[in-house]
Amino acid sequence: MVFNTEMLSRIQFAFTISFHIIFPSFSIGLATFLAIMEGAWLKTNKPIYYNICKFWMKVFAFTFGMGVVSGLVMAFQFGTNWAGFAHEAGPVLGALFTYEVLTAFFIEAGFLGVMIFGWKKVGPKLHYLATLLVVVGVTLSAFWILAANSWMQTPGGAVLEHGVFHVTSWFHVIFNRSLIPRYFHMLIAAYLASAVVIAGVSAFYLLKKKHLAFAKKCFSFALLTITILMPLQLFIGDQVGLEVHNNQPIKTAAMEGIWKTQSGAPFILFAIPDQQQEKNFWQISIPHGASLINTHQWNGKLTGLDSVPRSDQPMVAVVFYSFRIMVLMGLLMLATAMASLWLRRRAQLYDTQWFLKSCIWLTPVGFIAILTGWFTAEVGRQPWVVYHLMRTVHAVSNISVDRVWISLAMIILVYGIIFGVFYFRYIFKIIRIGPAKLDDEKPPFAYMSQFIQAKKEDNI
Amino acid sequence: MALLPIIWAMIIAFAIVMYVILDGYTLGVGMLLPLLSHDQRSIATTVLLPTWDGNQTWLVLGTASLYGAFPLAFSSILPIFYLPIFVLLMALLLRGVIFEFRLKSEKRGQRNWDIIFAIASLVVALCQGLVLGDFIQGFQQTNVTQISFGHFFITPFSLTCAIGLVVGYTLLGSTRLILKTTGELQNIMYRYARTAIILVMVGMAAVSIWTPFIDPHVFHRWFTGHHWMYLMSLPLLTAVAVCVLLYSLWKRFDATPYWASIGVFLCGYIGFIISIFPFIIPYKVTIWQAAAPANTLSFLLVGAAIMLPILLVYTGYSYHIFKGKVTSATEDY
Repeated sequence: MVFNTEMLSRIQFAFTISFHIIFPSFSIGLATFLAIMEGAWLKTNKPIYYNICKFWMKVFAFTFGMGVVSGLVMAFQFGTNWAGFAHEAGPVLGALFTYEVLTAFFIEAGFLGVMIFGWKKVGPKLHYLATLLVVVGVTLSAFWILAANSWMQTPGGAVLEHGVFHVTSWFHVIFNRSLIPRYFHMLIAAYLASAVVIAGVSAFYLLKKKHLAFAKKCFSFALLTITILMPLQLFIGDQVGLEVHNNQPIKTAAMEGIWKTQSGAPFILFAIPDQQQEKNFWQISIPHGASLINTHQWNGKLTGLDSVPRSDQPMVAVVFYSFRIMVLMGLLMLATAMASLWLRRRAQLYDTQWFLKSCIWLTPVGFIAILTGWFTAEVGRQPWVVYHLMRTVHAVSNISVDRVWISLAMIILVYGIIFGVFYFRYIFKIIRIGPAKLDDEKPPFAYMSQFIQAKKEDNI
Repeated sequence: MALLPIIWAMIIAFAIVMYVILDGYTLGVGMLLPLLSHDQRSIATTVLLPTWDGNQTWLVLGTASLYGAFPLAFSSILPIFYLPIFVLLMALLLRGVIFEFRLKSEKRGQRNWDIIFAIASLVVALCQGLVLGDFIQGFQQTNVTQISFGHFFITPFSLTCAIGLVVGYTLLGSTRLILKTTGELQNIMYRYARTAIILVMVGMAAVSIWTPFIDPHVFHRWFTGHHWMYLMSLPLLTAVAVCVLLYSLWKRFDATPYWASIGVFLCGYIGFIISIFPFIIPYKVTIWQAAAPANTLSFLLVGAAIMLPILLVYTGYSYHIFKGKVTSATEDY
């Protein structure tokens, strides 16, 4: 690896976006979870739901704040490090990002204040509306970002003239060929990752025999979510696989470690891919597996990596291993879901030690899956920044390599301290303190007392 | 068609001024924190909390719009300011997260976070001021996308701008706290606001007199032709805003000092725009030369025309919800 401006800028972007993606993913999952719980509270009026809302709202607010500031760094980096790309693709991507800010980001950020600090300032309906709008905001936000990224993978609706992309159809830019499966893949990944964290924290309380009512409700709900969403995610992941094979066969080849074009390609369980010799070592594989997965045909044809010059191949080992780790994490979540079903049937969900312990250990798997999934997608896109239209090497700014060294060092230091150390320290602190005792919680809304009164009268 | 770039330049200018006004007072409050007692610091940060994320968003809007509407300017200006931008970003990042960390800490931890918050706020204000100064001083162009400084990043002029912006933000912060607090904290803020406005007057006068001599374009804009008489109304307006501010501080009005400070800021900002218009990369590339294809600008305008009024209404609404004096630190969270 040569540490030039391009490579260092790639490392810097990968580093910052890997930290960043964790926060919005968690925000998407938590916001949705909070909307469901607050809805349940308003409907049933049971204090346990309010208790759940208040606790996870703390984690949510904290996480959202991290997402805002780490996202700001992303926005600026397009200009500082990827000036060529910004100049050429700005009329397309800059527009999508502007739409993200206008239609989504402002809504999240604006109503977040009401959602977190407005409990005593506004009525229950308005508060719930704020919560729902935050959910709409985060969901739309993900849509625009996925639209932008999918356009880089499968560009459409634009032509390159005089070194600048001119849009011919905004519809085709936004709803490009890969957007729909990739968007839902990401959304569900965010729900799953958050559900796994909620399950892990609840398992911790159950194991410590603390906050039991709270923990049971959250644990049950999170595991049910995983049980429903994980099979769905397998299906959508499969759709993404088909889409990638259609549009980016070389990425598929890197994911599967297929060097030579072949029919009935095997699924490789383990191998050490060697890019120099263009072959795998220590290969263990299932015959016909890769063809079956990527084409849904026993003897489907997979294009090999050696069909393109080495300068057009991505870093195979990174793509190959990332993809396998992601799938493995998915299977772990599926196994958790199956085990939870079995224990639930036997009414042992809340007191099976080994299961609670494994849930705690599994807390990060959803996020590992998200990160490795993105590594697969983005490293697999190389050496292109806009697939087959613009090379990454032409995207980079004309800046000296020393400056990128300095900025990278600065970023690693600051991110390492604030996200790596303090974010976790305070998250653990929130978890250690735990939710408030049910009776201690004060009625939240300005006129909540009347609201409860009205409910009681209804019941009479 | 030539109208679209002007509209987008106005939208970006608007996003930037919204950011400067809304995040400006949070930067100012940040820099004032070390001068306050622990309880006062808790109240001061509670004032900032509910609208914090919304305020930051205007900066993101300005950046994203510059990217979409003027890709040439975005891609040539940002690499020039490479290191200052990363220093600025890291300071903004620290501010954002410390804000969250503070709420989770014990008293002693809070003190440390407050100090870092104050330093980060100062760094943000200084960086922004330096960039502003360099921006006014202009750039050199070697070819279409290659722009460079004709000077060092830190010059006497950019340093003057930076100090001016620091005292300006302090003025906004102190008058905002006058509006939002009572008692001892408010008393202290009246004192700081009085000091700040004197320094702001000196800073603004220095920058205003200096700027026309930076580049012939600016001099020409202000002092030749027939329109100079209209332009002279701007210094007059500034003087009126300053007088209102001084009077309201003297009379200890609650809200007027804050609005008058915003008035002073707006006058300075309008002066800046008059000086550099129509350039987006002073004094080399105009907004028309840097604009994205018309198709992109009109597509963007549809979204902006629908969303910006809505954004303004609910930004106003969320400020409305949290209006009134803050007398104790937040318990939510």
